Amino acid sequence: MHEMSLAEGIRQIVLDQARSHGFTAVRVLRLEIGRFAGVEKPALAFCFDVVMRGSPAEGAKLEMIDLPGLAMCYDCMREVQIDDRLDPCPICGGGRLVPVAGDEMRIKDMEVV
Amino acid sequence: MCTVCGCGDARLAGADHHHPEGHHHHGHSHDHDHSHDHLHFGSGPAGVSVGGMSQSRLIEVETDILAKNDAHATGNRRVLRALGIYAINLVSSPGSGKTTLLCKTIEMLGTTPLAVIEGDQQTENDADRIRATGAPAIQINTGKGCHLDGHMVGHAMDHLALKPGSFLFIENVGNLVCPAAFDLGEDAKVAILSVTEGEDKPLKYPDMFTAAKLAIMNKVDLAPHTDADLDAYEANLRRVNPLIQILRVSARTGEGMEGWIRWLKAQHAAKTLAKAG
Repeated sequence: MHEMSLAEGIRQIVLDQARSHGFTAVRVLRLEIGRFAGVEKPALAFCFDVVMRGSPAEGAKLEMIDLPGLAMCYDCMREVQIDDRLDPCPICGGGRLVPVAGDEMRIKDMEVV
Repeated sequence: MCTVCGCGDARLAGADHHHPEGHHHHGHSHDHDHSHDHLHFGSGPAGVSVGGMSQSRLIEVETDILAKNDAHATGNRRVLRALGIYAINLVSSPGSGKTTLLCKTIEMLGTTPLAVIEGDQQTENDADRIRATGAPAIQINTGKGCHLDGHMVGHAMDHLALKPGSFLFIENVGNLVCPAAFDLGEDAKVAILSVTEGEDKPLKYPDMFTAAKLAIMNKVDLAPHTDADLDAYEANLRRVNPLIQILRVSARTGEGMEGWIRWLKAQHAAKTLAKAG
């Protein structure tokens, strides 16, 4: 997708947080990535290493936590968990599903010194 | 490769794109000693010395990675709402006929006030085509970027003399992937899909068609000359987005265009009503 953009966004948040919390280095940075976010994790890890250079997060360990994909099935009108964006409804087999959660791209927390 | 901030690689063609103090701020503030090669990222080192704080600690951040873009988009949306402007973010693959559709739309809207923001990697060709219709247009060249973002659009809005109660058409960079995630402050994303692109396109790029309120199947005049199955297109669009509205249009012949114009006017009227209520 646009992993370099995402890495730039992370860098910005790191710099903002460093200013407000007064830390100089990030050891671990944890992201929450939804199932449907379309994030290519190896690409993001690569971009992260490159983009964080010269920032407090240079050399930081990047951890990515998967969040489940949830969708509303417009056939049985229930909220269901699916692994793939185009999976059918696991309850009724219907194919008309609208995602309601799973597009998250969020920094959860940072371990800093 | 994309850039979150437009000012590094992107430029507003036909506009003097230096940033005097007091330019469009969207509620953020930074001084302008820097060159905007890397806007928002270079405003000083974080070198804060904190005595006795060498131990590792955990900071809860809970911030969306695209929070900055979303803040710009929210700023744009506020400006558009205050002016009673209805904004459409036109998204599609390259070559689906977005600019031709826009030119025809401008022609059919007649005296209705409107403005256009054109996004392309390079050239001012599209803005030139729009200006030839008499409508005000500004071109954003994204350079290496593959989508418009909220910050670029905010700057472009500043350079257009937006009229209250008008339409703002934002023609995004031809790309069915990245623009889906970047809110610009628009009222609706409209996805354009030409009938020669393949019936399974919505299944291949579901995010964009999920984000769109309306899908325009363009170039329907070509359908009889190809194996295109228009019903299959519609079924696949509804598979990824059961709530999507669909119009069959040919911007070239004008077929179906009245429906699109009606849709635009109805959406605009609904926004005006909601604001008044």
